[in-house]
Amino acid sequence: MMIAIAMSGGVDSSTAAAILAEREGALSTEGSGGRVVGLTMQLWNQRRLPALQGLDEGLDRGRAAGRCCSLDDVYDARRVAHCLGIPYYVINLQDRFEAAVVRPFVERYLAGETPIPCSLCNAEIKFEQFVEAAAQIGADQIATGHYARIRYDAKTGRYRLFAAVDRAKDQSYFLFGLTQRQLASAIFPLGELTKEEVRSIARAKKLPVAEKPESQEICFVPKGSYREFITAYLEEQGTEPEDRAGEMVTVDGQVVGRHRGVHHFTVGQRKGLGVSSPTPLYVIGLDARTRRVMVGRDEELFKQCCSVRSVNWIRPVSAGQSFSARVRIRNKHVPAKARVEACGKQEARVEFDEPQRAVTPGQAAVFYDGEEVVGGGWISGAASAQKLTDQLDHTVRREVCG
Amino acid sequence: MRSVYLDHNATTPLAGEVFEAMKPYLTGEFGNASSIHAWGQRAKAAIENARESVARLVGARPSEIVFTSGGTESDNMAIFGAVEAASGKGHAKHVITSAIEHHAALYAVKALEQRGVDVTFVPVGPTGVIDPGDVERAIRPETALISVMHANNELGTVQPVREIAGIAHERGIPFHTDAVQAVGKIPVDVQELGVSMLSLSAHKLNGPKGVGALYVRRGTPLRPLMVGGHHERDRRPGTENVAGIVGLGKAAELALGRGEAEAGRLAGLRDRLERGIKQRAPGAHINAERSPRLPSTTSVRFDGIDGEGFVISMDLKGIACSTGAACSSGSLEASHVLTAIGMSRDEARSTVRFSLGLGNDEAEIDYALDVIPQVVERLRALSPKYQPSDVSSQLSVR
Repeated sequence: MMIAIAMSGGVDSSTAAAILAEREGALSTEGSGGRVVGLTMQLWNQRRLPALQGLDEGLDRGRAAGRCCSLDDVYDARRVAHCLGIPYYVINLQDRFEAAVVRPFVERYLAGETPIPCSLCNAEIKFEQFVEAAAQIGADQIATGHYARIRYDAKTGRYRLFAAVDRAKDQSYFLFGLTQRQLASAIFPLGELTKEEVRSIARAKKLPVAEKPESQEICFVPKGSYREFITAYLEEQGTEPEDRAGEMVTVDGQVVGRHRGVHHFTVGQRKGLGVSSPTPLYVIGLDARTRRVMVGRDEELFKQCCSVRSVNWIRPVSAGQSFSARVRIRNKHVPAKARVEACGKQEARVEFDEPQRAVTPGQAAVFYDGEEVVGGGWISGAASAQKLTDQLDHTVRREVCG
Repeated sequence: MRSVYLDHNATTPLAGEVFEAMKPYLTGEFGNASSIHAWGQRAKAAIENARESVARLVGARPSEIVFTSGGTESDNMAIFGAVEAASGKGHAKHVITSAIEHHAALYAVKALEQRGVDVTFVPVGPTGVIDPGDVERAIRPETALISVMHANNELGTVQPVREIAGIAHERGIPFHTDAVQAVGKIPVDVQELGVSMLSLSAHKLNGPKGVGALYVRRGTPLRPLMVGGHHERDRRPGTENVAGIVGLGKAAELALGRGEAEAGRLAGLRDRLERGIKQRAPGAHINAERSPRLPSTTSVRFDGIDGEGFVISMDLKGIACSTGAACSSGSLEASHVLTAIGMSRDEARSTVRFSLGLGNDEAEIDYALDVIPQVVERLRALSPKYQPSDVSSQLSVR
């Protein structure tokens, strides 16, 4: 049995590798058949968009190194593997990453959504292409440094997904898209540990990355500058510079200003609207078709329900079934009590007990039953309960619950 | 687990005799070869002995050998040095090279191109061998240098260096050849070839890394890359890497001693490997099979596999081989050599290289032949792209 561990060069995946190497009694290539092999996915060439090159300058090494696929990170992963005595390789998934993650990321922004590339990467790259590449070199299972737990339920014969023991680090939100096949092939060695425990294991094992700072950014976007990234990427792709400018309107339809394109905004955004108002204004919604940015007061950000598309059910739920759950609508959101109704095979409708602030299309809605992930999907629309007859809500209802 | 090293074109193990020869110069004999005293004199003598051994291996005069830090520096020195020397005399500038050069030469020429030098990249067909006629047709009155490699690192194809050198000589154009993969594997004689400059590297012939040489025919105008001292007859400043140079000298002596017997032995092993692959792994094609090739190199394309996965799988079984050149392994771009000879990106990506050397024997080849079919089968079983019909539809011989 051989396990391939995905190593990013960070402290989490490095410690996960160390735990596995110890558990599986890893042997180097000189030994009698290694059981753990380290792999780093080369996903993006950081030197690719020259327009973005300046953005990393002036950052201390720690932050710049927090971005994935930089050479430093590959060096770090290699050093850790060497220190653990496990074979290590870099595998190239750049083409697939661009097609499955980067391009949809840009397209969703242009469509007025705020996408989460990490969830897409998990479903399409890490637990798909990476699993395939690992199988090609003879691995039976893969492991990652995700904070989440997988359990096999012998009674139902299904795999179940649970939040990590360390709630502050829990990454189950990003893993809602995993299928039974993917869950069966994955191991999360950090699911039962706290971040502090992980660091102290890294220190005890004298891993060269034990003190490396955290990274929270989107790996291919330098310094959180996603707008610059989109502009530079479109330019590189030779996309005709299109006029994406439009109007900024209030909920009542009053035009209050102009903007350079919906992809510059995200729901809940307050800064950079370029509109003066006696009360603070927020982005309430984005409509790529009419190129309109809807703005309004903070209260107007609260929505009672949302529609969810491309739902993946980890626990089987049949169409028409509805259940109580706690629903998380972004990574750091405290899951809110709601009623979830499975509409089609892959659609759902969520009605929160209390209206939620900034329910953002493009983000994921993940349904929890206690610690367990029941399923999740992508938010496609949001509406207020008191305006059930509104056009937006009508669209939501029609699209989702027919 | 067994370990079998079949990647000698990337680098070779240091020969025991070479290590022994180097040892004194890494310990007690630490003198600077430029010093007047006895320590310096002994270091100087060791360097000059090595120079003679290297000269003897390639049929040069000792004074025509310049020690460098390796193949890349030798290529850079020849290409930049010759073109700058020519432009110093006010000549207009044009350089001819081939599309299948090693990056060490290719990137040097491309750097010149960015500085305004015109470059002709002579194309190469599916044989992997350059047509000297194409070189001749590319010559212009302002051509300052022709640089064409001797043996290709990825395919092992041997280029018609003597013919091209003859053409260059007739027109009075300096001709450089990157012979890093040829020296020590096949007979290389600068007189017989008629080249003006020739690059070689120690670690490709069981010598140490970090040392190489450039042969510069007497009278060839060459501007040094660096300034800073009068070493190497004003051609390459910097305190000499005495131990490295001694190692190169010893490696050259050993290579000369091995002669063609070793080449014959390696060709036998290579043929055994190729025969075995063709028998046991359907859908395998030997690239440039019918071209003149190094006895030690084989480039194989397995339909429907990913070369990267193949190399990793082989390594996990203790066998070292590579995708294309060691330097482009892991990079996204398909090998420029394989695409230059007309392969598609997918074909190039399904190509792997085995390169043999001193330590290899029949038992090792047979072990590799046991592992290869298993690896190929698994990769194909898991490849969404592979359909067994690929085998019959891609029978074309390269």
